[in-house]
Amino acid sequence: MRHTISVLVENEFGVLSRVSGLFSGRGFNIESLSVAPTLEPNTSRMTIVTTGDDRVLEQITKQLNKLISTIKVVDFTSKDFIARELALIKVATEADTRAEALRIVDIFRAKVIDVTPKTYTIEITGAPAKINGILELLRPMGIKEVVRSGPVVIGRGAKGVSG
Amino acid sequence: MNLTGSQILLESLKCEGVDTIFGYPGGAVINIYDDLYDSSIHHILTRHEQAAVHAADGYARCTGRVGVVIATSGPGATNTVTGIATAYMDSIPMVIVTGQVPTPLIGNDAFQEADICGITRPCTKHNFLVKNIRDLARTVKEAFYIARTGRPGPVLIDLPKDIQVATHDFTYPDTVELRGYKPTYSGNLRQIEKAAEMILAARRPVLYVGGGINLSGANAELLALAELTRIPVATTLMAMSAFPQRHPLALGMLGMHGTFCANMAVTECDLLIAIGSRFDDRVTGRIDSFAEKAKIIHVDVDPTSIKKNVAVDLPIVGDLLDVLSKLNDSLDQKTEHLGVFREQLRAWQAHIATWQERHPMAYQPSDTVIKPQYVIQTLRELSQDDAIITTEVGQHQMWTAQFFSFTQPRTFLTSGGLGTMGFGLPAALGAQVAFPERQVIDISGDGSFQMNSQELATLVQYQLPVKIVILNNNYLGMVRQWQQMFFNKRYSQTVMELPIDFVKLAEAYGAVGFNATQVDEVETVIRKAFATPGPVLMNFKISREENVLPMVPAGKAIHEMVLAS
Repeated sequence: MRHTISVLVENEFGVLSRVSGLFSGRGFNIESLSVAPTLEPNTSRMTIVTTGDDRVLEQITKQLNKLISTIKVVDFTSKDFIARELALIKVATEADTRAEALRIVDIFRAKVIDVTPKTYTIEITGAPAKINGILELLRPMGIKEVVRSGPVVIGRGAKGVSG
Repeated sequence: MNLTGSQILLESLKCEGVDTIFGYPGGAVINIYDDLYDSSIHHILTRHEQAAVHAADGYARCTGRVGVVIATSGPGATNTVTGIATAYMDSIPMVIVTGQVPTPLIGNDAFQEADICGITRPCTKHNFLVKNIRDLARTVKEAFYIARTGRPGPVLIDLPKDIQVATHDFTYPDTVELRGYKPTYSGNLRQIEKAAEMILAARRPVLYVGGGINLSGANAELLALAELTRIPVATTLMAMSAFPQRHPLALGMLGMHGTFCANMAVTECDLLIAIGSRFDDRVTGRIDSFAEKAKIIHVDVDPTSIKKNVAVDLPIVGDLLDVLSKLNDSLDQKTEHLGVFREQLRAWQAHIATWQERHPMAYQPSDTVIKPQYVIQTLRELSQDDAIITTEVGQHQMWTAQFFSFTQPRTFLTSGGLGTMGFGLPAALGAQVAFPERQVIDISGDGSFQMNSQELATLVQYQLPVKIVILNNNYLGMVRQWQQMFFNKRYSQTVMELPIDFVKLAEAYGAVGFNATQVDEVETVIRKAFATPGPVLMNFKISREENVLPMVPAGKAIHEMVLAS
């Protein structure tokens, strides 16, 4: 089963390698990982998407908590949360497909952020499924490059996660 | 008070109560060694950085204090890695300080540069690269705190050379503030109450105890729990000295080379009470048939140990000292239940006694060839009660666990988790530094001994009276045993062809050595060695193809023991 985990960590030397090394050393999967500082400059927040059964997820959560640099671990999977991902897509466009590409951009509420005679570069944010959706539709035109940020998540409602 | 970085390091160590360091100098720590030159801290110069770490590890295992090591950058640092991994697997508190190239050179492939923080990240509890002199004192404080609290472990501090010479005002912090590190010590009372109820409802309970008992210092509480309930006690390799092995409730070691009765009792029990143990594969054998009929209570200070390898019915996170005291209190108040429980336990005890009688821990004695088990039994008889025994790794280690009946806490120092050959001699060195008056014996094989035999020099230099026992079969015995049993006697690279004169080797270093080749020489040689001051090496020529039995073959359940060759 796929799980989305938020990890608050000390924003310090080597912390990313502690977390990624934990996953590789113990044979856990990482589907995606994104990290950036929070409002407090000494704290970073990681969003990790991983897969595993209940036993594996319990170990992942415990092992993350065991790291001295980890302040808090929240598994959002059973909670109500919003996931958003950013993707930048460079798509090849010929004269006969340029209009269709723009229509797709419009339908998905994406943006064209760079144009050349032969390409559009598209920016889109949304749930990972939405990004998969636009990629499917653009694929026949010829996608030259895709950069995805991996999802970041936040819980619904008034309560926030903090250290 | 303005001090240099190296002075701040040494002053901080003193604030932590450190009076002994094991180490090896080099370019990147030369400033620290200059300040050590007229420091009150006692420094032991080993002949290899790996040995310095094992020595500090042995020191820590027998005292419960934090072992401290200094090594230089690059090769000095990488030489410490096996020692650090050994300590990490067995949860031994240590602080390792490595020199590092000056901060502006880090990442430039400078002379003797190694990314030791990167290398040791998976085998330390935590590590630090000190990039600013302002952080040094606090870093040392945090390192010691992390090393000795919660589930203990080694912590590395990488200290660049320019930080060692920089100056800063020195004040040692009183407290530690680590947002992400708050170990749970106090066991949950409701869980403990449930545990008491589960115990009293059981008819065939077994205590399965591990090295956590020694680490927590909960030896008396464990003994009290066992005697209060009369539940038999199976011990892991790491816990052989945690519970007196001559106690009527002692089942001995369980697992791959465990006793018949310990493995049968665990297989047949209806309640397994795991305390400070971690369901290692050498203990469980085939995991799905381990304690199949039992409910499991698991007490450990480290939450990750619980439900890692097996499902658990009742987890209790906490310090064993705290949890066992509360559990004993709870049981103590249930006098009536306890009386009935003990009565009902008689059938189970009788059952266990039949297993003990059927296959006691035994070997085939001989008049013509020295049996290793006989050497170990003779050592037990002739050594002091509080003698500290270290081992290397292999057959001799298992025979020691099986036949040396340990009676006192922290007297058996052995590399359990990592299984590091070459551990025993330097660990004995460290133990002897900690306890100059006690008997310290390294029980070794001829293979393992040669992995750190250079430490004979250290023993002689400091006149540390460690007694070394080599059970010499000219084989890498444990691997040979596997090759005999599972690889059709194809002894690939396990025959140590060159017969080494270990006595001459000892003498070359300025130590004393004795050979024993006949059975009747065993006792004489041990007596002579014990009566000789200073380090002494005893080389016993043992029966070459003796096997460690019982043995649970890899992949088998622990009741599927091979009992005879």
